[in-house]
Order: sequence, then C-alpha cells, then structure tokens
Amino acid sequence: MFLNCQKPSLIKDPYIYGPDSIMLDLEDAVAENQKDAARYSLYHALQEIDYRGVERVVRINGLDTPHWREDIRVCVAGGADTIRIAKTESAQDVRTVEEAVLAAEREFGRPEGSTLLMAALESCRGVLNALEICESSERLIGIALSGGDYTKDLQTKITGTGVELMGARQHMIMAARAAGVQCWDTVFTNLDDMEGFRKETEMIKLMGFDGKSLVNPRQIRVVHEVFTPTEKDIIFAEKVVREIDDKKAKGIGVFTVDGKMIDIAFYDGAKRTIELAKASGVYEGDL
Amino acid sequence: MEIKRAAMAGTLESSDAQVTVEPGTDGIELSIESSVINQYGKQIRKVILETLDRLEVSNGKVKVVDKGALDCTLKARVECAVYRSNDMTENLPWGGVIR
Amino acid sequence: MINAVGREIPEEVLAATGKKVFEGAYAYDNYEYKKAAPTVRAMVDPNRSKMVSSIREALEKCGIRDGMVLSFHHHFREGDYVVNMVMEEVHNMGIKDITICASSLGKANDAIVPYIEDGTIVGIQSSGVRGKIGEAISTGKLRDLAIMRSHGGRVRAIETGEVHIDIAFIGAPTCDEYGNCRPNGGKSDCGVLSYAMADAKYADKVVAVTDCLVPFPNVPASISMSDVDYVCVVDEIGNPAKIATGAAKPTTDVRKLMMADYCTQFVIHTPYFKEGFSYQTGVGGASIASTISLGKIMEERGIHMGFGVGGITTPMCDLLERGLIRTIVDTQDFDLGAIESIKKNPNHIEISASEYANPMNKGAYVNRLDFVILAALEVDVNFNCNVVVGSDGMITGAQGGHPDTAAGAKCTIVIAPLLQGRIPAICTNVTTVTTPGETVDVVITDYGIAINPRRQDLIECMKGVNLPFCTIEELRDKAYSIVGEPSPVQFDDRVVGVIESRDGTVLDVVRKIKEFTFDD
Repeated sequence: MFLNCQKPSLIKDPYIYGPDSIMLDLEDAVAENQKDAARYSLYHALQEIDYRGVERVVRINGLDTPHWREDIRVCVAGGADTIRIAKTESAQDVRTVEEAVLAAEREFGRPEGSTLLMAALESCRGVLNALEICESSERLIGIALSGGDYTKDLQTKITGTGVELMGARQHMIMAARAAGVQCWDTVFTNLDDMEGFRKETEMIKLMGFDGKSLVNPRQIRVVHEVFTPTEKDIIFAEKVVREIDDKKAKGIGVFTVDGKMIDIAFYDGAKRTIELAKASGVYEGDL
Repeated sequence: MEIKRAAMAGTLESSDAQVTVEPGTDGIELSIESSVINQYGKQIRKVILETLDRLEVSNGKVKVVDKGALDCTLKARVECAVYRSNDMTENLPWGGVIR
Repeated sequence: MINAVGREIPEEVLAATGKKVFEGAYAYDNYEYKKAAPTVRAMVDPNRSKMVSSIREALEKCGIRDGMVLSFHHHFREGDYVVNMVMEEVHNMGIKDITICASSLGKANDAIVPYIEDGTIVGIQSSGVRGKIGEAISTGKLRDLAIMRSHGGRVRAIETGEVHIDIAFIGAPTCDEYGNCRPNGGKSDCGVLSYAMADAKYADKVVAVTDCLVPFPNVPASISMSDVDYVCVVDEIGNPAKIATGAAKPTTDVRKLMMADYCTQFVIHTPYFKEGFSYQTGVGGASIASTISLGKIMEERGIHMGFGVGGITTPMCDLLERGLIRTIVDTQDFDLGAIESIKKNPNHIEISASEYANPMNKGAYVNRLDFVILAALEVDVNFNCNVVVGSDGMITGAQGGHPDTAAGAKCTIVIAPLLQGRIPAICTNVTTVTTPGETVDVVITDYGIAINPRRQDLIECMKGVNLPFCTIEELRDKAYSIVGEPSPVQFDDRVVGVIESRDGTVLDVVRKIKEFTFDD
C-alpha cells in the first residue's frame, strides 16, 4: 500500500489496516520542493514508529533525478526493509542502486546485504528487460508493474479491461518465475469501482502474480480475500501433500485424489497453497 | 549549526506542524502554538528544544504551529527547517545529529 | 466529598445546589416521590383567544419577570431560531437573571452569549452546549452553575420539581390557534416534539411558537391545546436546511468501517442478538455503518429487531422499510429520511422524552434496550466516559441520552478511534465523567476491543470469537506509546458547571479553564 511520506497523518499507523507491506513514497506523491522534508519524516518514521511487523518498503526517486542518492542514504540509515527502484530500465540500474546501498550500509553500520531491493518497471524497455532485471542482484526480491507510466510509454491508456497491460503482465510474470523472484501487479486507482478492482485482482492472481499494489486501505480486504485459499483449496492441498508423501514411500507415482489424477508435479503447488493459508492466518492443520 | 536565513518546514494539516526558523543572536526565542497545548505543550517544547540542542542551534527565533503532530514529526520539521536555513539537502548526518 | 466514580465534589457545590454525590447508577431504584405540578390558569371563556401578536406580547401576558426559568426544546438542532428570538425580546425588555432550561443548546444559539455577559441570563440547564455558549460557561461568564443533564435526567428534574419552569416556549412546525402542535406538515418539519412534552405538562405557562398556523384541530397533536396558554405566529421558527439535512453518505473511511465491522461482529456473538432484539445507535459514521452491516446479517439470518430507539437516521428507517424492524420509537430525527419515515410509516412512532429515558418514571424504553452503540470523546480505564468536555477543557458536547441508554441497555458499546490527532481517546482518567463506567460494557477502537471486567459473561461468550480483544489498560498503553502520556488539563479552582447523573446526584463538576502556561 502506497503512502506519501510527506503526510504525517498517513504514515502514523497504516498497520492497523493489515497490509502485508507499506510503500513509503519519496517519489511521485511528494512535491519536488518537499523532497528533503519527506526524508526527515521518513527517517523518524522508520526509526520511531513500530510498524508491527509490516514490511517497510521505500519508493525512492528515479536515477534520472538529483534525489536518489540521498534517498538511499536515508533509507539505509533508517533501516528500511526494502527499497523500491522507480523507473528501472535495465540490470545496470539495479546494480547502480545496489552499489549505493552497499556504500550506505557500510557508512551507517548496517549488515551488508540487509537492505533488499524491488524494481518497478514503468517503461517498454524496462518490461522487455524484465528477465535481466530479475537476475541482476542477490538483493532483488521481485519486480512490480507500474501501469500508469508503462501505458504512457506504450502510447495508450489504462482502460479497466486490462487488455493494454496483458503483454507486460505475462512477460513480467514469466521473467519473475524464470528467475525465481516475486512479481506484483500495478495499482487500481478507481476507488469507487470495488467490483472492477476485485475482478482485476482475481485475474492477476490467476495469471500468477504474488500480490497487488494498493492506493487505499479499502482495497486491502479484497486482495486478502482473493489471495486467501478457500477451505476447499486447503483441504484438497492437504490431501495431495499427504497422499504424495504416502505414495512416494510406497513407490506409487500416479494416483487419484477426489477423483482427480495427481502426480508429483502437484506437490509444490499444494505446498504453496498451505503456506499461503498459513500466511493468511486461516490454516489450522498440522502440515 | 547557525540559522543563516529564514526557513520553514511542514504544513498546517492535522497531525503535522509548521516550523519557522529565523536568524537571531540572543539565544533561542521559541514560540509554540498548538491544538493540543493543554495536554502536550510541555512535551512539544521539550522535543523542540532537544532537537535544536542536538543540531547545536543556540541562537534564533523558532516558531512552531502544531496541529497535533507526533514527536517524530516535530523533530523532522525542526531538522528540515534548520537544514533548509543552511541550504543543505545532501550528505546529511542521518543517525548522527539527526536521530 | 469523593463520589462513586472517584471524583472529588467540592462541599460548596453540594451546599449551593442541595445535591448529593453520585452513589452508583442504580442507587435510586424504588425511590418514591411526589411529582411536581404546574400552576394552571383556566380557560373557561370560549370567546377568549390564545393568539398573541408577538413574542413580546406573549412574554408580557405570561408575566415575565426577573429570575424566571424559561424552557426550550432542541428539535430544530442547528437550525433553531426560537431560543434567540425569545431571549432577544427578554433582553430588550430589560429582564435580568433568567435561567434557561433547554433540552440542548447548539452553535445556532451563539447569539445569546451577549445576554450571558450582560446578566440577562444567569443560569443554563441543558443536556450540553456547543459553540460560544460552551466557551462562555467554561471561561466563567455565567453567574450561576451550569447544570448538564441527560435527556432522561432533564425530565426527572422537571417531574420531581427540582427545576420549575415558569414559561415554556415550544417551537411548533404546525399549530392551530388553540395550541395543538404537530412536528410535521409545515415549513420547518422536525419529525417529533418529544423533548417538549414534559415542558408542556409541567410549565406554569406554555407558549407555542409557529411559522405555520393551520386550521383547528391540528391532530393528532404532539403537544395538546389543553397545556398551551398562548400561540404566537412568527415568520420563521428555524432554518429548514439545518433542521434536517439529507442523509449522510455512508462513510468510506476504512478506519470507521473497520470499527463498525468489529461492532457488528461483537453484537451478533452476544446472546442478546436474537429474534426481537432491541437496538439504539447514534449518528456517527461508525455507528451508522454498523447499523448498515448489522442489517445485512439480520436479513441473512432472518432475525428481526423488535424495536429500535433514538435519535433516528435514514439507515434505521431503511431497515424498518425492509421489514427488519417491527417498531421504531423516536425522540429525535437527524435527517430528512427519518422525518419522511415518521410521516408515512405507522410503525415509526413518536414517544416522549420521559418514555424514552426518564429514570424516575415507572419504566422507560432505555430499560428495555438490548444494545446501544455510542461514541465518546474520552473513555478511561474504569470505562467512565466523557462526552461533554473537550480535551482543551472547554465544554463542547452534550450528554444527550448517553448515560440513560448506557444505564438501561444490556450491552452498551462505545466506539471511539483510539487517537484523534494526538489526543488519546482511551486514558487513565477522563477530563470529566459524564457516563459512569459501571454502565459501559465494551469499548471498540481501531486498535482493539476491551470488555469491561464487570461483564465476565460477555468475556466468556466472546471466547473463540475472532476479534482483537485486549484490556482497556492495553488500549491506553498503546495510545500512550504512540502519542505520549498527556498532561492533565490545567483548570482554575472555580467550578462553573455540574455534571448531573440521571438521578440528580453529582457525577462530576466542570471547572473554569485556565490559560495554558509552561509553569516554569
């Protein structure tokens, strides 16, 4: 969930809404002449506000601005969990940030490698370079689509149908999966269209995305509802895991669960469902 | 640090504070206006003075118009105003005098 | 003397008012008394008219003189013109030392502050005050002690004779020339006239003030001609746009929705949520949102509300229309939807303030409530609530029916965001106690829910319910850990107001505010 660093009322206690991570924004939400002010607020927020285990991501200004170096220093000094690199175009962009982060970690005495990175892809070039970006750094945990800027670059616009983002979404999720990092979808800005938001969230979940960026706490519940496995999913996943464990010991490769043909290829998916159920706080089993 | 020119930071929105600093020669001249003065006046003054002290500001006029800001916001606004008065925005001492 | 909520009540206040200290919310059960009675001037001659041409003439005919008690109702809310128009005339006549006994006073009545300053008005008794009148009282401009009473407490004070009203002015949206008043059918409709009913019965003189004279008989009348001495027609009794606004849009504030959701979940997991339950809620965003979400669950489970009370807003009327509520008993309407509902729906009825909440009649509706959903400015770790005095020490709110419904309902729920800006809603000691903690069962905040340890039964039935329960001390500690521990507001020694308990004892006092100083 995106939060403007320059607004004290926003960064005070967003954790009560139960987001998985908050994105403290130094970039677009902060006016050009308040970039410095936002950093002081960010520093003290990171240091003094107990965000109760919610991941603290900071979106820094782009590498084409005069702000990003100081942004990185304040993020690392303050102890941000993750830095989100705006307008990432290439693996080199990530490595440039990585160097600055490492320098800052040394300067402020933070453990080297403790600050993670995520890359926002906001242009056609960035999207096309998704795989090299995903593979650019050990610190990089995932990539996120920034739909507004990307569609501008594509010379189209956000329509709500998703057709304009289809290629980027599929390309990015494939790159992320190939590299073994996560992939998050862009924001949905029409707060009055909660139904449209739910549909889009359901769609991106089916496409393989790991989550969605949010602009308002009203959206959190919908994402959690969509991403939380249903009781039926969980029961089935449990059966699959138990059966595969059992049958493997007996040397049986293919068998059926609830009338569905199952083999070892289902194992990871079922495990993931159970992990997701645990993360969502709905799992009561013992796997 | 010295307050070299007048500078301001923060807004009058709820939960924020607007801090104005001006050069001075005769110690700290602090004025505080706050929507929560009755319950947090002393706390606000303490935080402002401590922050100025850390920044080694010993002279100047400091005006705070507080709208219920938390301590972390008060500190951020004072620091911002003081560094702005010195035209400094980079290589700041995060974790040093800013803490 | 320390009372049952731990407040020191100065002896001189007890001496000046003849009151006793608060001994507990139910200490006056079975109390016997003889009701007061008004002095009535008979209307035998059928040729005599009740019509007067002006407020001044009404005042003259009622024998206005220094030191009298004048009463008013607040059904016109922030659109009221009646209080100001009467007090202006009283002032112009050079009358002094008047006490106003109103069901409530708001910002609409700011104009009477100069009359407090010049001694026209020396006493105010009300469920609360907002705006400049509150400032005037808090800064010590009122000569006598202001008395803050709940809606039920006011009727009790009138019926027991603790306050005797000399002249009642009743703003009436419609009235006939013999004084039958109705709340609807005119240009300033207000839905009900509940709070004026006791005034009509117990005041020596009763003046109906209307801007819409209708043919006789104006029936069914909320205020009967048999209680009315004079009828005065004026241009406007109020501003219709401020008497009843359109229904507030349901809130989209996630924090409020979250608290509303907690509230609904709590309600449905109590044993009281069953066919025929009763319910009252306020007008705050979270309260209204919880009514809406409760309605959905009632529909799903086929559970109906036996009766709803209040303070009525459109969402309650929607539930009535959808057949989810059997009866709404109404003492005040907050929006146009509620006013329309009472006009057309026979199951939406007007009741008197006494029937609603008087603790010393033979049984009020509040005693039959299962749930009441309330708000508060502050709640302390003993569950005492403050709804009258702001965190700056200024009187800025009203008890309304808060203490009445809290004492009556089986399950009293207070919803409050933990922090209002920097001000914590949950604190060690409220600035002023206006509802005793023994009558408050649950506090719902955005950070967690605390059940009053007195209610072990509720704690027991919430076991296993997936809500963020914690203790009230934990809520306070969370608040203080974020905003710091607040210093107590600095007050002057002088007492300017008394917070009366429903039964007429002293729950707390309000002191004159003092300019903040750093005291060093």
